[in-house]
Amino acid sequence: MGKKEADIRLNKFGTVSFAATTKVNDFIDYLEKDKVAGTKCKDCGLAFFPPRADCCQCLSDNTEWFEVSGTGKLVTYSKLKFAPVGFDQDLPYAIALLDYGDYKVFGRISGEIPDDDIKIGMEMKTVANRLPNEQLNYIFQKP
Amino acid sequence: MGKVAIIGVGQSAFVRQYPGSIRELAFEGFKDAMKDAQITTKDIGASVVCSAPEYDKQRSPAGVFAEYMGLNPQPTFYVESLCSSSSTGVRLAYSLVESGLHDVVAVIGFQKMSEISSAETQERMGRGADIQWESPFGTMMPAYYAMYARAHMEKYGTTPDDLSLIRVKASTYGQLNEKAVYRKPVTSEMLSDPENRMAGPVSSPLRVGDCCANADGSSCIIVANEEKAKAFCKKPVWIMGVGAATASVNLTGRDLFTGLKAATQAADQAYKMAGITAKDVDVAEVHDCFTIAEMMAYENLGFAEPGEGKELIQSKETYKEGSIPVNVDGGLLSKGHPIGATGGSQIRTIVLQLRDEAGDIQVKDPQIGLVHNIGGVGIYGNVTVLGR
Repeated sequence: MGKKEADIRLNKFGTVSFAATTKVNDFIDYLEKDKVAGTKCKDCGLAFFPPRADCCQCLSDNTEWFEVSGTGKLVTYSKLKFAPVGFDQDLPYAIALLDYGDYKVFGRISGEIPDDDIKIGMEMKTVANRLPNEQLNYIFQKP
Repeated sequence: MGKVAIIGVGQSAFVRQYPGSIRELAFEGFKDAMKDAQITTKDIGASVVCSAPEYDKQRSPAGVFAEYMGLNPQPTFYVESLCSSSSTGVRLAYSLVESGLHDVVAVIGFQKMSEISSAETQERMGRGADIQWESPFGTMMPAYYAMYARAHMEKYGTTPDDLSLIRVKASTYGQLNEKAVYRKPVTSEMLSDPENRMAGPVSSPLRVGDCCANADGSSCIIVANEEKAKAFCKKPVWIMGVGAATASVNLTGRDLFTGLKAATQAADQAYKMAGITAKDVDVAEVHDCFTIAEMMAYENLGFAEPGEGKELIQSKETYKEGSIPVNVDGGLLSKGHPIGATGGSQIRTIVLQLRDEAGDIQVKDPQIGLVHNIGGVGIYGNVTVLGR
């Protein structure tokens, strides 16, 4: 009998991942299938993005996946010209927050959108993305 | 319930690269506060050691410090709330003294940031945010605060030039503070000249000049009950109010991006406990890790209405001679920001002000002072109100 293999799928998330194991590792499988997913509490209906295994409203762990779809409004953003260790190759890049109403999504704006086209309040969609180093994340694009 | 006082304050010089170990660095602030309080180590009932973790090889620095400072066998322990660690330490000391468990508690804050490189520092600081869901996108503190700056500019018409005015004020007083790491003048022209290093982009819309200086440093605050304070100290400064609140680490859990909710909530608590309003504050130290952070602090503390912080700095009301002097010791921007030492250093400045011992930066006859100290990007909000 070999040792049970650890589920370290979250290692695939982002340019550099800082966590490997989580109960919501299926998030990575959704990204592999070009889907961005959050979780919803089946008991009280509260939606979570990023996904959570546990509901802090009713303390239930009875959650189900939902796909982030449609568009959200750009709440705010910033373009980095200096990066932390491990992210130099990505520069410059913009981090941002989208508001979908029931939940918000934190991520990166697609590098293909010119700076002048980025406006607070604009509608954007969240799209699964494969990074040059074969890691996975998601980016915000024009709808 | 008895009153609780601060009877001694101290700090090391804040420097780029401290030429010694963390116990020696911490000793500098401790010695300064002990000399100020004119007490001996036997008078101290417990010590609280505060810093942000993961800069040091030494694990559990509290034990090492207690030994080095001659504070055995009294109890000691470590607390952290990132950049507000030593304000949390003072809050804890307040409760230890107020409960009657100890008569006198020393709060020792320190950080030797130069143990690691600047890029590594950004990575460590960034990991003070959500490492599972945000850090993989390449986040760092200036970028998070830049998102707030962007939202503030969009909603209220605040400009980079308004933020420059805050940096200029910090440098005005940093030049007078012999313990400050950055003692050179900074002008608005430097921040608007693309050729100048100060105008260099870090994370839009924040520039190099909008960001505080990393530093090594230590601070120490000695807290005592009323009886000991009156016995030991000619000019005790009273802790009138302590407020603390938290906000979601991940930005997805927040609904305000033009201010820090935890700061407002902490201020409301501290004002209520002290029985005062924002108008009663005569001098303040606020957490200006970035220029936008000071602008938001004006508004979150009630010194200005939301969106009107820019008018406060434009009219120089937060200068030493103004209606509400803020960060007249140079602030984090010029004095430097050795994370775990910062809250203690801010409290030291206010205590010296309330004792009329602040020298060149003395504000005229202050009765009530305030310290606003934030951990992470508004995760931990701490406000302390002090009075004569």
